[in-house]
Amino acid sequence: MSTINSDEVARLAALARIDLAPDEITRLAGELDVIVQAVATVSEVAGDDVPATSHPIPLTNVLRDDVVGRTLPVDEVLAQAPAAEEGMFLVPQILGEEQ
Amino acid sequence: MSVTDELVDYDDAIARYDAVLGIEVHVELGTATKMFDDAPASFGEVPNTSVTPVSLGLPGALPVVNGTAVEYAIRIGLALNCQIAETCRFARKNYFYPDVPKNFQTSQYDEPIAFDGHLDIELDDGEVFRVEIERAHMEEDAGKNTHVGGATGRIHGAEYSLVDYNRAGIPLVEIVTRPITGVGTRGPEIARVYVQTLRDIFRSLGVSEARMERGNVRADVNLSLRTSPDVPLGTRTETKNVNSFRSIERSVRYEVSRQAAVLDGGGSVLQETRHFHEDTGSTSSGRVKSDADDYRYFPEPDLVPLAPPREWIEEIRASLPEAPVARRRRLREEWGYADAEMRDVVNAGAVEIIETTIAAGASPAAARKWWMGELARTAKTEGVALEELPVTPEQIGQLQALVESGRINDKLARQVLEGVLAGEGSPEDVVTARGLEVVSDDGPLLAVIDETLAAQPDIADKIRSGNLGPIGAVIGAVMKATRGQADAGRVRELIMERLG
Amino acid sequence: MSDLTRVTAAELATRLAAGEVSSVEVTQAHLDRIGAVDGAVHAFLHTNTDEALAAAVAVDTARAAGEDLPALAGVPIAVKDVVVTKGQVTTAGSKILEGWVPPYDATLVERLRAAGMPILGKTNMDEFAMGSSTEHSAYGPTRNPWDLGRIPGGSGGGSAAAVAAFEAPLAIGTDTGGSIRQPAAVTGTVGVKPTYGSVSRYGLIALASSLDQAGPCTRTVLDSALLHDVIGGHDPRDSTSLSERAPSYTEAARAGATGDLTGLKVGVVTELGGEGYQPGVRASFEASLELLTNAGAEIVEVSCPSFTAALAAYYLILPSEASSNLAKFDGMRFGLRVEPTEGPVTAERVMAATRGAGFGDEVKRRIILGTYALSAGYYDAYYGSAQKVRTLIQRDFDAAFAQADVLVSPTAPTTAFKFGDKVDDPMAMYLNDVATIPANLAGVPGLSLPSGLSDDGLPVGFQILAPARADERLYRVGAALESLLLAQWGAPLLSRAPELEVNA
Repeated sequence: MSTINSDEVARLAALARIDLAPDEITRLAGELDVIVQAVATVSEVAGDDVPATSHPIPLTNVLRDDVVGRTLPVDEVLAQAPAAEEGMFLVPQILGEEQ
Repeated sequence: MSVTDELVDYDDAIARYDAVLGIEVHVELGTATKMFDDAPASFGEVPNTSVTPVSLGLPGALPVVNGTAVEYAIRIGLALNCQIAETCRFARKNYFYPDVPKNFQTSQYDEPIAFDGHLDIELDDGEVFRVEIERAHMEEDAGKNTHVGGATGRIHGAEYSLVDYNRAGIPLVEIVTRPITGVGTRGPEIARVYVQTLRDIFRSLGVSEARMERGNVRADVNLSLRTSPDVPLGTRTETKNVNSFRSIERSVRYEVSRQAAVLDGGGSVLQETRHFHEDTGSTSSGRVKSDADDYRYFPEPDLVPLAPPREWIEEIRASLPEAPVARRRRLREEWGYADAEMRDVVNAGAVEIIETTIAAGASPAAARKWWMGELARTAKTEGVALEELPVTPEQIGQLQALVESGRINDKLARQVLEGVLAGEGSPEDVVTARGLEVVSDDGPLLAVIDETLAAQPDIADKIRSGNLGPIGAVIGAVMKATRGQADAGRVRELIMERLG
Repeated sequence: MSDLTRVTAAELATRLAAGEVSSVEVTQAHLDRIGAVDGAVHAFLHTNTDEALAAAVAVDTARAAGEDLPALAGVPIAVKDVVVTKGQVTTAGSKILEGWVPPYDATLVERLRAAGMPILGKTNMDEFAMGSSTEHSAYGPTRNPWDLGRIPGGSGGGSAAAVAAFEAPLAIGTDTGGSIRQPAAVTGTVGVKPTYGSVSRYGLIALASSLDQAGPCTRTVLDSALLHDVIGGHDPRDSTSLSERAPSYTEAARAGATGDLTGLKVGVVTELGGEGYQPGVRASFEASLELLTNAGAEIVEVSCPSFTAALAAYYLILPSEASSNLAKFDGMRFGLRVEPTEGPVTAERVMAATRGAGFGDEVKRRIILGTYALSAGYYDAYYGSAQKVRTLIQRDFDAAFAQADVLVSPTAPTTAFKFGDKVDDPMAMYLNDVATIPANLAGVPGLSLPSGLSDDGLPVGFQILAPARADERLYRVGAALESLLLAQWGAPLLSRAPELEVNA
């Protein structure tokens, strides 16, 4: 099993969009390494023949009728926004691209 | 945007390289509500009014699948000759972007609803080409960013952006081809016709309005070159959101020319997304594949698996309309159109509208004449689609019936149409209101003819003596005096009777 | 007349229905109690005095008009701050949501309002329900009413402490790995995690979607049953909500209170006991088993070998789902927005700065862990394997329930620990949930009720587990054991808790 070092924590923090201070990265690397060692045992428990369970209670085909319901009033929607303009959410400049 | 790419002439490039295409088409489904919540899936609303806690991704909100969207996805899958999954799931595609409210897109990953299909498309010369379909899966659309500030309104240089989440959560089906090989020199055409054919299918299935200009149908075109069909695939680029048929064709040509130049120069093609620019017909470099593409897919725990009952699928299959290629051939024969005429009709997206017009009683020739002539010009001037004009196929049928009964002539018919388009009611209403009916009672007409001849005795004499040359001038004068309401043929007959 | 804050919800409901007291009096009594002791306990993050009294007035008016009212109409309740309440601040114990006012109600909140239950306020919790002590609340910990130097359990320490400190007769909790049951155990109260899908998750700020379940926090089994009857039932807004109609849990609890368990088979899970469990906890558990035997139950030992892997599977599934569920907290649409201290202000950097400043240590730890577990190349080894362990755990439950009607164990391995004891040792903290986690992984219901005091004088929890969709067994067996214990004690266990100093 792999271990988690500071570089890995920095990569994951970037992927998870969380700014971490250098000392946080170091501390998390140590803590996560212990946790990962402990939880890594799962890969040894179940064989290939065991199916995965994603939902505790198996249900299928839960579908909704295509009928319009109530929408939120736009002023209530924007009242909680950190910034808004012209009825829209104002966000800082976007550098990355759409996916 | 300046173009600095080295380019090789297309014909030269395609003579030396084998182009392989891959096309991803997203279609927005025409359901009443969104994919996972009951906000209206409508177009053009006031920003952020078609939203619920679910489509805004508010804490605590949960998705519920739109049954009609699933049915539409199955319709599309069946029309593309796909297998429909016995069971499939939704998955989360995790990435941060301001127009994705949950910072993950609910999509399908390793278990699409439809897979392993194919679509036969008919190229411009009638040749049929088969495109293999890898999969069709369901997902949700993102919101819309408006970039504010900076010079261009593009992402780069903008000071900030405004986000409207009305589009967030609108159901999408994404259709992914397998690598399209064996295209020879016809890659650009194949790409265009493939997307056109899909557009026609979406419309005939009734699953989407499929309007390219509104972004209902969006195509991403993957392209790679290799030195010969016998070697492995080369590195591909993905040109995003190419939003008209013409652009699809141009972007493929451009990428072939660009990649050939890169390869000729001994370089290697970078795996990246590229953007097509309508103005220059070129593509520019976008995002390079990177660590940020680690989407951490996992099964969406807030939704349960779908296992579409087989009876349901068979019911849907039984209700499918004819495939567009077959249907087009049948209609072309029934309507007696030339190949080129039919192609124009198809390209204008006018097949359904003409079919309805014919069903309303117009002859195929008349239906084509109206929609591809007068109405196509009007639509172009107004900058709208044919079906957006305020006239129905039924009204065109009625209009043509008025012409054929002799109650109005072609010239009057155009005035009647003008009235209909101006919202004055049915053709019958316009004829009555504007008093446009052809004058068929000979009495008043004879009075006008007599008056006209009396005013020009010399011309009357010439005609009487057998010189029919000036008769046109008389007819013209009579038509003018009756403001066009006379039947010109009848006027001629009456003049001859009077002078003969 | 006795103090209105000391009686059970069932008793309050009876007195309200009989017109002996008004909802305004009952609600005011609890608001006063909150004012008097919450400075020390800190069970509440926000109180809604005006809204609660307005709701109480509405119920009293309706009652005076002779309207037919739901069973708990007029009985006030506290709601864990992870449940969204329209117009009332909801923070999930996080700085990133400080001051956030949701524009909608959770389904269960709609049901509470429809049942005429005034909402006293929102209770404290570990940030985003990550923790077992409330030490991870961004707004300071809740204190255990039994000993203000000790933790009240977590994540729902606020709800359990509010009920234990008589600040509310009822509370709502959520349980992802034990967050209702473990606080109940360490505060001497009752907590129920229903079958997954029994109570709608719509409006619960999700921690781990496939594990989360809301449920009652009360002082008696009957009160939990009454509350479960109010909040349970199908909700079309939650795709995982169970559609079948549940039986009356209240009736099951009343039937159980007779104390007769003749013919009941009780399975003791080998893997949920023994080593690692405090001797005082074990002793209390054994004593309760004896009571069950005396009441006619047959005790059988069952083995669930895969339970030993439950903790590991849980600490992969939970962080994975949480890393995705918590992605929406990015400072773009609601909540905190923090700009980077230097460099360009871009959306990407503002998101990272906001999340860096707005999330606490435990939340960051779990998001990073979940991001790692889902990351390319690790999925099969971690998340995929954990989901397989889940299958094995379900099979173990199936086999065990073939041998026994209910399974039992101590709810938590230890009694309430002191603040700071485990806060710097995540793995030690995680071990608190070892007995409660299997139920969440399998979706089965579980109940914790107090079985007495350990040798340290602190309460011990007794856990009952039933098969999925058989929640009524929890109430029947729980009410039976409760009445047997009460007969032995002569008074509720909570009457032995030290009186809190009252702030006038």
